[in-house]
Amino acid sequence: MDITFKNVSYIYQANSPFAHKAIDDLSFHIPSGSFVAVIGHTGSGKSTLIQHLNGLVKPTAGEVTIGDFHLTPEQKPKNMKELRSRVGVVFQYPEHQLFEETVEKDIAFGPENFGVSKSEIKHRIQQITPAVGLTEELLERSPFELSGGQMRRVAIAGVLAVRPDVLVLDEPTAGLDPRGQKEMMKMFYQLHQEQGLTTILVTHSMEDAVKYADHVIILNKGTKYMEGKPEAVFTQKKALNKVQLDVPEMVQFLNQFQTKLGKEIPFDRQSIKQVAQSIQQIIKGAESS
Amino acid sequence: MRKIIEFRNVSFRYEDEQPWVLKNLSFEIYENEWIAIIGHNGSGKSTIAKLLNGLLFPQEGEILIDGKQVNQDTIWDIRKDVGMVFQNPDNQFVGTTVQDDVAFGMENRGFPREDMIKRMEETLSAVGMQDYLLTEPHRLSGGQKQRVAIASVLAISPQVLILDEATAMLDPKGRTEIMQTVTDVQSENELSLITITHDLTEVVQADRVIVMNEGEIWREALPREIFSLKDQLREIGLDVPFITVLADELNQLGVPITQEPLNHEELLEELWTLHSKT
Repeated sequence: MDITFKNVSYIYQANSPFAHKAIDDLSFHIPSGSFVAVIGHTGSGKSTLIQHLNGLVKPTAGEVTIGDFHLTPEQKPKNMKELRSRVGVVFQYPEHQLFEETVEKDIAFGPENFGVSKSEIKHRIQQITPAVGLTEELLERSPFELSGGQMRRVAIAGVLAVRPDVLVLDEPTAGLDPRGQKEMMKMFYQLHQEQGLTTILVTHSMEDAVKYADHVIILNKGTKYMEGKPEAVFTQKKALNKVQLDVPEMVQFLNQFQTKLGKEIPFDRQSIKQVAQSIQQIIKGAESS
Repeated sequence: MRKIIEFRNVSFRYEDEQPWVLKNLSFEIYENEWIAIIGHNGSGKSTIAKLLNGLLFPQEGEILIDGKQVNQDTIWDIRKDVGMVFQNPDNQFVGTTVQDDVAFGMENRGFPREDMIKRMEETLSAVGMQDYLLTEPHRLSGGQKQRVAIASVLAISPQVLILDEATAMLDPKGRTEIMQTVTDVQSENELSLITITHDLTEVVQADRVIVMNEGEIWREALPREIFSLKDQLREIGLDVPFITVLADELNQLGVPITQEPLNHEELLEELWTLHSKT
């Protein structure tokens, strides 16, 4: 589903002395099927943006369009429930939201609420369990006996079982160890491709954004600060530093390489191996000259 | 050198019948030493921290802090010696302002007022938060909160400071701030430091690294030796830093990198030498 923000502002506790503008005249367009990374430091408006995507809040000004659903200050869509079944949100530390007696019941809770039949839920659970990296024998266990990483996978399975078109991920790898982080991101990317999802990833990790996103939006003080392809956005060190962000480590290294050796290797989301090859060429060139 | 911490054949599990979280663990930490403990989730590294200040007690073996055994009778003394900063910045702020937060630990220990004022100034300057005395916690970033937490611990002059994944919930800027603070504090104080992390880039400056796996010490070595283990680190769920992977790829392509680089500068220096050898 296409997602459009048109001059959206959101004010917490409007018309009170505590009024606080979390989003300020924000506009962007996300075409259906894209993988977008939203980046910004704490307090930049990321969480408020997410809450608009499934109608937890409606804009104070402007218009949010998600597929055929419209959110404006005057109206929420009448079929809010449908919007929420189409947009799945994985909030931060989603494992804190588990509550059922068994893993299977917890995963089934979402689709049951949206009126999916028992047999269809069973079928979906069979598909989703391996897709999120859980084994079938875990289904009968209590979710609270599982490890943190497994609990998170159960919570994510619950969101996916509703079969959303849009998947919103709020720092989905926070607190996991490196292997867990990698596996989790790989899983989301695979789901994104196989199910043709529109994915919105809120993250601190420039590395993940470079690796998976085809479009990046940088937020600052509730408004859009930069937008574009990762390789274009992530090479602008000065601009990023200004909003307390930094370029990915590879870009940092390539900049230092240019300063030290006077040779430029442009960043185009290449692999570390490709960087090594470019360096080898430069050093070989120096030897033969 | 004086031994500050000693684990003697320590085993721990949360309940009978459950698997052991730590298995027959022995190691020593000396005065003024910086030790990094790394390992994947569930490798037992946070349990070590909780045993160190008596939040948990081992079923087997013993733990000595500056010669004193950790047990029910000694924990209150030991907690004066062992200060801890945890992962979540929002869970460890007790005061309503920065000043109150730093004063809290000192008040509990009955420091005289003049001492408190002096220590407050010293420790908040050490973490770069001296201009925030009256600031309320919700106006601080995660990194700033963690720095105040470090100051609060330093204020009671512990012999050991433990940072248990203290950067895990911070953004990259917050992380850099904390690591800088920790480096400054370590160089200016008589203090043993234990940093617990799963991020290999945070172990570079440590004197010694203990790698945990499945409740046991997997390796104990210098940072540079640990970095050179590469694929073996991946096998136990840890990540190899960018610079290590790049040096490895270069070597495979026949660009001779002689020393395992710990940071960008070291690798760039070698490349510069190779490049200018014409």
